[in-house]
Amino acid sequence: MTRAPNSLPDPFRSWFAARGWRPRAHQLALLKLAQKGESALLVAPTGAGKTLAGFLPSLIDLAGRDDARGEGLHTLYISPLKALAVDVARNLETPVRDMGLGLRVETRTGDTSPSKRQRQRRDPPQILLTTPEQLALLLASADAERLFATVQRVVLDELHAVVASKRGDMLALGLARLRKLAPQMTMVGLSATVRDLDELRRWLAPQRGAREMAELVVAAPGAPPAIAMLDTRERLPWSGHGASHAIGEIYERIKAARMTLVFVNTRAQAEATFQQLWHVNEDALPIALHHGSLDAGQRRRVEEAMAAGRLKAVVCTSTLDLGVDWGDVDLVINIGAPKGASRLLQRIGRANHRLDESSQALLVPANRFEALECTAAIEAAAEGAQDTPPARTGSLDVLCQHVLGMACAAPFLSDELYEEITCAEPYARLAREDFDDAVTFVATGGYALQSYDRFAKIRRLQDGRWRIANAKIAQSYRMNVGAIVESDMLKVRLVRGAPKPAGGAAPYTGRVTRGGRVLGEIEEYFLETLAPGDTFLFGGEVLALQGIVENEAHVSRARSDTPKVPSYAGGKFPLSTYLAARVRKLLASPEAWGALPEQVADWLRLQKEKSLLPPPGELLVETFARGGRHYLVAYPFEGRLAHQTLGMLLTRRMERMGLKPLGFVASEYALAVWSLGDVGTRAQKALFSMGDLFAQDMLGDDLEEWLQESALMKRTFRTCAIISGLIERRFPGKQKTGRQVTISTDLVYDVLRRHQPDHILLRAARDDAMTGLLDLERLAQMLARVQGRIIHKHLERISPLAVPIMLEIGREPVYGEAQDDILAQAAGLLVDEAMGG
Amino acid sequence: MTAAMMELQGVAALPDVSGALWLTDHGALVVADLHFEKGSAYAMRGVMLPPYDTAATLARLAAVVARHAPKAIIALGDSFHDRAGGARMGEADRAALGALQSGRDWIWISGNHDPEPPQGLGGVCMAQLTLGPLTLRHEPQAGAAPGEIAGHLHPCARVASRAGSLRRRCFASDGSRCVLPAFGAFAGGLNVRDAAFAPLFPNATPLAHVLGRGRVYPVPMSACLTD
Repeated sequence: MTRAPNSLPDPFRSWFAARGWRPRAHQLALLKLAQKGESALLVAPTGAGKTLAGFLPSLIDLAGRDDARGEGLHTLYISPLKALAVDVARNLETPVRDMGLGLRVETRTGDTSPSKRQRQRRDPPQILLTTPEQLALLLASADAERLFATVQRVVLDELHAVVASKRGDMLALGLARLRKLAPQMTMVGLSATVRDLDELRRWLAPQRGAREMAELVVAAPGAPPAIAMLDTRERLPWSGHGASHAIGEIYERIKAARMTLVFVNTRAQAEATFQQLWHVNEDALPIALHHGSLDAGQRRRVEEAMAAGRLKAVVCTSTLDLGVDWGDVDLVINIGAPKGASRLLQRIGRANHRLDESSQALLVPANRFEALECTAAIEAAAEGAQDTPPARTGSLDVLCQHVLGMACAAPFLSDELYEEITCAEPYARLAREDFDDAVTFVATGGYALQSYDRFAKIRRLQDGRWRIANAKIAQSYRMNVGAIVESDMLKVRLVRGAPKPAGGAAPYTGRVTRGGRVLGEIEEYFLETLAPGDTFLFGGEVLALQGIVENEAHVSRARSDTPKVPSYAGGKFPLSTYLAARVRKLLASPEAWGALPEQVADWLRLQKEKSLLPPPGELLVETFARGGRHYLVAYPFEGRLAHQTLGMLLTRRMERMGLKPLGFVASEYALAVWSLGDVGTRAQKALFSMGDLFAQDMLGDDLEEWLQESALMKRTFRTCAIISGLIERRFPGKQKTGRQVTISTDLVYDVLRRHQPDHILLRAARDDAMTGLLDLERLAQMLARVQGRIIHKHLERISPLAVPIMLEIGREPVYGEAQDDILAQAAGLLVDEAMGG
Repeated sequence: MTAAMMELQGVAALPDVSGALWLTDHGALVVADLHFEKGSAYAMRGVMLPPYDTAATLARLAAVVARHAPKAIIALGDSFHDRAGGARMGEADRAALGALQSGRDWIWISGNHDPEPPQGLGGVCMAQLTLGPLTLRHEPQAGAAPGEIAGHLHPCARVASRAGSLRRRCFASDGSRCVLPAFGAFAGGLNVRDAAFAPLFPNATPLAHVLGRGRVYPVPMSACLTD
């Protein structure tokens, strides 16, 4: 197939012409590469015709075939969102129909009916749009070889969003297998602008010794976005995550725009903002709410109303971050800090899908520190700067799952599978011992005490190949496939308010009446923090928890306007390293404060006067006494997760130093520890040094000791245990009442840690903790950075910079060695009771 | 130790922080729901839980035995996770169990998981045991005469404060009856606010003796949270 590079074959040329379009340079470049049999990465802004560029080579190739319908599966499209796959299928229908290409384009997601799935395996469409999970399932079936042998092309959408996760690992492993089944196929990755393009290019090429990379096509950038920060007329709050202070101003902007997307960082913020907007909605504007916990039917209604242009605004979380084209959005409002430069650009890209017009965006900081972060993000966006995604090594739990999947497809030889797997970029450096451990884990759990050989899930045949022991193993694999472990979710069901039982005691479970509408789902761990009767926001309403019955939370409408429990989950995304560095720099540069709202600049000037502003690269630690306690406040700007871990480790060390720490609270920007011991004075008298307190060796024994009991570590382990297939996923409806029958992974963690601390799952959990809930990697980098660069300031009283974190005390969970205190407090109730309380 | 002593029908009973009940006057140590070989029971079904649970449970038992030096140990049923559990027990674990049995009485009370006596593992098997005014059996019986000591339910309590909530194993007792926490390393827990506990404590205000890190904390059951 040789054609002039700047032209398209008929009927494509006339189809473009009929719509007044001309093929764009990047579309033609991609076509040429595909025709040469090269894989490529396409980097293009939203609205640049990325999806069409990805499919054009397939459509042209298929149009040139006599009987494409009889030739099996030609193109596989994989998207991280099933909604996106459905959307793209709809968009593809137009050219296929207009040009009479006579192709079958189908989707396959978790929602596809079993009968249709079966038919698709027997008689596949030419173009199949699907998700990483469905690809894994298909590859693990006995049909895989036949089904995929004909594949010519793979289109990977939103690649930047997939690669940085365990789902990315799973997809990379799936593609490594696909390459073996269809060696002729080429791949194209579609991506928004990211910092490390080479990593993505390697991801698209088989890694065999040389660090091979796919070709690169970069589309012309669109008009730069117009991003502004709301300089509120109101007083900008010291702390908090909401935008209640600016709700009137936000409402005005919504009124003036055609359609607005209001992005927030958590579901709780979405709930709160939505409720506040309805309070001021005098014009009864159609404003809707969209987040992942809402009932799927309700979400779909909102999406349809958006696409039809019937809505004025939608308050949403990252569920609308990615590329689904929901309609004619012309303004994006981001409440709270954007957390990362790249995330901000992608959200803004949701406005105005026309390339030549600037996207309009408004940032609304929820507090003073966020005003700093917003300013830094706007500057970064103006420079087109991107965050550096942390380099990723393929996770071991996903590897275990994949090994089992491959055994389900057909018996395998270890040497061959190892070679195949190391072709995938995330596993290119996988040690053979780790691979062998994964195989042993799949077989018998991988325990030093080899007592499970007779129960093995996969067994070695005489010729050395591994095969599954029985068909039930494959069935169980299919039930548990996937690299996302949702928190255990409980259905939220609306019931009539239960009468208060006599004596005011909480009702026993089981006594609440059944029935009523399901409002959505909510994380079990959030509900565990509530007592019956507590009120919280959900689905835009204030609800009161009545009780938990099996796997449902029964709630009633509360009369109150203000929920007792303000939020669940704080900021979902940590402040990116790159943005954090910019914020520190901004803080230290008074000449740049002109870009800040006046009240924020005033605040910083006051800080300079009363305490000091840390130069970039230095860590400011303030100490002061207040109300009989001694406070230590540090400002690392490394995100809540790293600060929480730091707080745990610092308080352990302070305990040993005899400083009697009582607790701590962490925010995105700072950490405050309070103690009975006078930290400040003792540091001033050189009885100990701040350098020692923040020394890197806290990541040694202190960390090990803490990991033994850390609830976050146990949650991380649970995720690994489920993904690896050690224990089965819990499905709604499947679980029995009475939790004594379910296996607690916490107990497994305790036992395994004591008896086989180097077990593959503990290694997997440890790797996750480096970047996940504990953010150890970032903490380690910070501790290294501030060695010998700590400025201690002992103050008479609280500094202006410390006010926000001090206000968080009492609002955010308090950590520390307070666990047995909780029990002691509860036991204290006995005393009250005895005293006639 | 500051732990609160319980009195059951006039017999002193110390809820040990390990989850065992120490009957000082009788020199008897009572443990419930050891669930030996739960790991291997799951492994048989393809869920490869670590095979170390039996060893971990025995090690914890050895520690509490060393503290109290009991004359008798009474395992209150469900000592094995299933009927074949005893047969699957490994050499090292058998030896450890033997060492614990040596020089003292060992009584296996039968439970619903292990209705038949374990073969070749020493000890005496009984359906229930009477110790003075106390009756020791596996499953608590609603309306039983005062002085019942039982297991089976795996009680645990959820206690909350502003700083968050904790879910821990506990003893459940109203002074006339005591339900022991499960002692086995892989044994889960059932919240004391579950309906299963209500008929056992119809009159007095029961307490949850919650296992903390270093001691046992008595908390009114009415102050514990549901799951």
